[in-house]
Amino acid sequence: MNLLLRTEQLVAGWQQPATQPLDLTVAAGEIVGLTGPNGVGKSTLLAAFAGRAKVFSGRIEQADGLRIALQTQDVPPVVGLPLSGRELLALTGAGADGLPAWLADRLDSRLDKLSGGQRHYLTLWAILQAPADLVLLDEPTNNLDVAGVAHLTAHLRDRAAAGAGLLVVSHDTAFVEAVCDRVIALRGKDVG
Amino acid sequence: MSAELFLFPFLTGLGLAILLPALGCYLRLRDEWLAALAYSHVAAAGALLALVAGMAPVLGGLATAALAGAGRRLFARRLSGGAGDALLLLGGWAGAILLAANAPMAERLGHALFDGQLYFAGREQLWPVAVGGIVALIALRALSPRLLLARVYPDLFRLRGLSVWPIQAGFDLLAALCLALATMSLGVMGAFALVFIPPWLAFRRAANWRSGLRWAVAISLVAYVVAFALALWLDQPFGPVLAVLLVLAGLLVA
Repeated sequence: MNLLLRTEQLVAGWQQPATQPLDLTVAAGEIVGLTGPNGVGKSTLLAAFAGRAKVFSGRIEQADGLRIALQTQDVPPVVGLPLSGRELLALTGAGADGLPAWLADRLDSRLDKLSGGQRHYLTLWAILQAPADLVLLDEPTNNLDVAGVAHLTAHLRDRAAAGAGLLVVSHDTAFVEAVCDRVIALRGKDVG
Repeated sequence: MSAELFLFPFLTGLGLAILLPALGCYLRLRDEWLAALAYSHVAAAGALLALVAGMAPVLGGLATAALAGAGRRLFARRLSGGAGDALLLLGGWAGAILLAANAPMAERLGHALFDGQLYFAGREQLWPVAVGGIVALIALRALSPRLLLARVYPDLFRLRGLSVWPIQAGFDLLAALCLALATMSLGVMGAFALVFIPPWLAFRRAANWRSGLRWAVAISLVAYVVAFALALWLDQPFGPVLAVLLVLAGLLVA
């Protein structure tokens, strides 16, 4: 098993600890889900893996030369910006192959002319398809309709089959069960 | 002789009418358009200070603007929300006006810097604009993908091991030097008008980033050529004529 990420008793946070100690592994080709109630620290953990949040105790081990891509819940500031979908994909190095037809046809439109769902999926796709060994996704199904969630589910499996490891934070239980190989449930009552 | 008299000013302004809107697109991308106005005022104060000290005004303008551009990043955290740019602007304006009011030799240059008397530009203004403009456009082209990525996906930018600081500081310095060069011939508000209005209009209509840049430069060039001819014909200072034309274009399109 080619381990990409491993944590040991990891406690992360911003100004103060925000998570309970976590042991976690993500291997190449594997999709791991992180679930739990609001405020349990799921997004903080992703931020810690990406080197943005502070590690208060425990440790994070990453494979040598690991390339990480992170999708956050922050909406990229594209409103008012003349940036097309095709230009966005070029910025992250993502390809357009595999995009759903309802989005592939609109690649040359400005991002702020797309619907909220279309824009979300395209900005998500730009991260998903960026050259990376480990992809961290924070609530990827937000703003997606049923067709979008179905396409995302199939695509995440393809991405994992191609060798990437994926860590998915989501409150969408059905999506997590459908797409993840393993699910780690963070329990709210454990958080101080 | 008379052709040469107007050729140097025209070519100087033409170079700036290409450079400034392109620079303005990236300032607008980063929500830093107020910095352009701050750099212009600081450059004007620096030019007047240099004149009073017996040095070349253009060197004083470039040096103080470069200092402002480089120093701006150091105080970015403490002076957030545009406060740093506002303080620079007010400091530069106050310094320039006080120098012009108290040093007789600085009064004429002060008027030229704030009125925007492009027709006084000569060979010594044209060459720095031509060489500096080409270097700046090449630098902008090289920085463009990183500036866009840093704005749209700051986390991915950092995860790729790209350091934000040199890109930000490099861009700040580039913008400050370009604005200082432009202020010396177009004046404070003439330079600001070309940095602000063409990108603002282009961002509203362009289909993508590349066409946004092209639209901004095209709007700037048309406004510049018309303003040059109009100001000459009406015997008016160039900067305000350019600004009025761009404001009218802005009101019409918006």
